[in-house]
Amino acid sequence: MNAIEKQLLSEKKNYQYITWIFVIVFVLFIWSLSAIQLNNMGTSGLTIAKNIITGILHPDLDLLFNITEKGVAYLLIETMAIAFLGTIIGAILAIPLAFLSASNVVPKPLAFVTKILLIGIRTIPAIIYGLMFIRVTGPGPFAGVLTMSLISIGMLSKLYADVIEDLDTSVLESMTSIGCTMFEKIRYGIIPQLLAMFLSIVIYRFDMNLRDASVLGLVGAGGIGAPLIFAMRSYRWEEVGSILIGLVLLILIVEFISNKIRNKLVRGY
Amino acid sequence: MFDKIFVPKKIILPNGKVVLEKRSYTPLILLILLIATIFSVHITGFSMEVIVKRIKEFFVILDQMIPPNWEYTPKLWQPLMDTIKMSLLGSALGAIVALPVAILASSNIIKSSIVVSIVKLLLSILRTLPTLVSALIATFIFGLGTMAGTVAIFLFTIAYVAKLLYEQIENANMDAYEAMESIGLTRIQAFRYAIFPQVLPNYLSTSLFCFEGNVRYASILGYVGAGGIGLLLSEGIGWRNYANVGIILLMLAITVFIIENLSEHFRKKLV
Repeated sequence: MNAIEKQLLSEKKNYQYITWIFVIVFVLFIWSLSAIQLNNMGTSGLTIAKNIITGILHPDLDLLFNITEKGVAYLLIETMAIAFLGTIIGAILAIPLAFLSASNVVPKPLAFVTKILLIGIRTIPAIIYGLMFIRVTGPGPFAGVLTMSLISIGMLSKLYADVIEDLDTSVLESMTSIGCTMFEKIRYGIIPQLLAMFLSIVIYRFDMNLRDASVLGLVGAGGIGAPLIFAMRSYRWEEVGSILIGLVLLILIVEFISNKIRNKLVRGY
Repeated sequence: MFDKIFVPKKIILPNGKVVLEKRSYTPLILLILLIATIFSVHITGFSMEVIVKRIKEFFVILDQMIPPNWEYTPKLWQPLMDTIKMSLLGSALGAIVALPVAILASSNIIKSSIVVSIVKLLLSILRTLPTLVSALIATFIFGLGTMAGTVAIFLFTIAYVAKLLYEQIENANMDAYEAMESIGLTRIQAFRYAIFPQVLPNYLSTSLFCFEGNVRYASILGYVGAGGIGLLLSEGIGWRNYANVGIILLMLAITVFIIENLSEHFRKKLV
């Protein structure tokens, strides 16, 4: 037995711990198996599945290339507009909240309270906000914009705050030592450090907002979700197919572009 | 092209050399953003007036949620458990299926580039499809209930875990794998002993993280009839019974908080 084998054998083995974890996960798994209920499925399920697949493979091309207000293109633009405006508003409003929740900028108790508030904002799902804002503005894309803004604030403030807490303060100290004013310190010491990261976070959030905005239509808050659910409820699978194709393409393209820009912003290539 | 419209500024250095200072992109980007914003305001019918006049409605709803209706709690356990079951089963099965799919999508294990690119394309399509939409489609096939939600979560988990996993596999150290292949192990055996141990902790941690997110998603899937607590949530809002909505949201927040902390504990142990 050489030294390496001795070292290997002397390593602590917590088989007991691993076994227990396995048993617990297995029991939970068995317990959750009751979520499978096939009795509701019936025979119509298979025909519907077939219809869906044929519908998606033979999309309604008229709808897909229609450029009026009912066409997929306009709906996609509306969805993008909701996500864009929501992201912009959220990105601006999140900045003060982020500074208020960064523990190296404001006193600890205040930062803690703001953080709790932000966690509260984040826990409520987007759809619930959508339903609440519909009571404020009535159904339509405007409700979607407000929803997007609120959920963007929740997440952006947290990510901004993480960046602010990682701020390199030695730069500021050296600027103080050479006699810079407060304004110069903010302009040349803080903004260059934060801007690229903030922009990258905002673009990432836009990406996510686009997905959420496409779903918000299900509750009537504008965008492509409403026509999608109407088409499904009335079993017009060709329309569903063309809407889904448009949506998936748009999200893939936006994701590709946003990844490119973010790489350039953060890593410089 | 940009340089042709906005000609770079020429600076002559003291030694006579000429350098070009490129113009900043910032004004152009700001202009584009401004135009996009005005355009979006126009499309979405955004108006400050409505916000100022009617925003109090939002707080009226929030106000009615507090205090929550505690008597509603006993009716919540069953749907809440359904939600957890859905996300647990969907995540577990999805994570298991994601492993072979991820292997098929990693270009350093599978030599055929056609297979790799088809699997990658399918994965990104699956990932872009919003969970709520796939749940809606699933309710048409499997009927209303937890099964539809489980399927939607299962599909999303495959796409998410497999994507992160194939990135891991493609970045893994191939030396041991090549050595094992050279002494005559099959590719599957070599994967099992050389690559799998490298990616295992990250694989488990990703699956746990995905489970965490899935609990959040599962809570709203009921809105389209895919079982769980979302059904009660949409009922409460439909009937404007905001005290009930308040207690549901509170219970959800507590559940999500507990699950997130548990999963974070195990994820820290893994990595």
